[in-house]
Amino acid sequence: MCLAIPAKIISISNETAIAEIGDVKREISLMLLPEAEVNDYVLIHAGYAIQKIDEDEANKTLELLKQMDEFYNNSGTLEE
Amino acid sequence: MKFITEFRDSNLAESIIKLLRKEAYPNSNLMEFCGGHTVAIFRSGIREVVPKNVKMLSGPGCPVCVTSNSDIDKAGKVVRYPDVILTTFGDMMKVPGSYDSLYDLRAKGYDIRVVYSTIDALKIAEENKNKKIVFFGIGFETTAPTIAASIIEAKRRNINNYFVISVLKLTIPAIKKLLSLGEVKVNGIIGPGHVSTITGANDWKFLPDEYKIPCVLTGFEPLDILLGIKSLLDMIKQNKQELVTEYLRSVKPEGNIIAKEMIEKVFIVDDSDWRGFNVIEKSGLKISKEFEEFDAEKVFDLKTEPSIKNCGCKCDEVLRGIISPVECSLFREVCNPENPLGPCMVSSEGACAAYYNYYVE
Repeated sequence: MCLAIPAKIISISNETAIAEIGDVKREISLMLLPEAEVNDYVLIHAGYAIQKIDEDEANKTLELLKQMDEFYNNSGTLEE
Repeated sequence: MKFITEFRDSNLAESIIKLLRKEAYPNSNLMEFCGGHTVAIFRSGIREVVPKNVKMLSGPGCPVCVTSNSDIDKAGKVVRYPDVILTTFGDMMKVPGSYDSLYDLRAKGYDIRVVYSTIDALKIAEENKNKKIVFFGIGFETTAPTIAASIIEAKRRNINNYFVISVLKLTIPAIKKLLSLGEVKVNGIIGPGHVSTITGANDWKFLPDEYKIPCVLTGFEPLDILLGIKSLLDMIKQNKQELVTEYLRSVKPEGNIIAKEMIEKVFIVDDSDWRGFNVIEKSGLKISKEFEEFDAEKVFDLKTEPSIKNCGCKCDEVLRGIISPVECSLFREVCNPENPLGPCMVSSEGACAAYYNYYVE
């Protein structure tokens, strides 16, 4: 029910935007996120953009995951 | 798709799982509050790969599941008024109230329409000026601002045939209630990622600060959840009680301030009736005086008879985490997604439906 999915904003007209979710385009409201701009990735919930997705933070999380992966692989090698 | 695919990388997942299994963690009960997490955990098979002494419990974080029979009965009553079109999120259609589900009522000829968004409900109102469009407003803090926005928009555009039954609920009072009942031991909580996107991470500090329970705010992809579980188990092992935000790409310390201001403008906090818990103080949102012309409960008489509980349904206990769905005698044979007797089997995010679809004995 609280499902929200990432979408890319491709055009904006007043408080309404067209967002691209995979191959699907849909009209969404920017009433809750007026600062959103074209090319931003936003989270969409029930037709409204509710937050901008922070790409830097996403990359940091992925980096952390990769470090854990390396850590596991290295420690695995040491044990062998 | 960007921000989805990379968080489903199976090679990375395998390493995290192996790291989880390598570490000796204490026996722990982890509760995911959110129904979205329950489904994601089942669907990705995470329950099967966490260490054997770690038990995953499902919490009451499915709005469809916790909407009480008395509130569903209000929707059942409003459709009987002349010229009413009831609009609702699809998840609510099959949930049985005391007497009928909305599907049953639609089959009887009442005008009930499924919408994806309050924006669609507003469109129906504009296209049907001679009708009264009522939106059945269920949901948590994630959905509340979208309903608030629709009411603000209706006022701005003078749409005076749009009304909302607000049975919106607040998650934090429910978690406090669940913990205060003491029926289930919880060592760590996976907090709701999209509720906290609105409320902000700061609102969740009460779990480590007041209840000494570590909490992680995490996303809904498998790697997000694995990272969240690892973070919780590391904290439990080190006897640390902290709030960790793993879902940093979405959850900010202060949340979405505009959304929170809209909630505050349109709603007042009131007591609310939760399935499984009865009335929880200050856990619901009702429409404020300033916007009462949009409040369906002020415009229509929606007082209902005392609600009737479905015989034998154990959704109450499932929602409080006391029993697992498979312990309910109705599970699978009598109650299943084709013929659901309780809301936890109806909702795609309900614990019973998740167990039915994915549970492996």
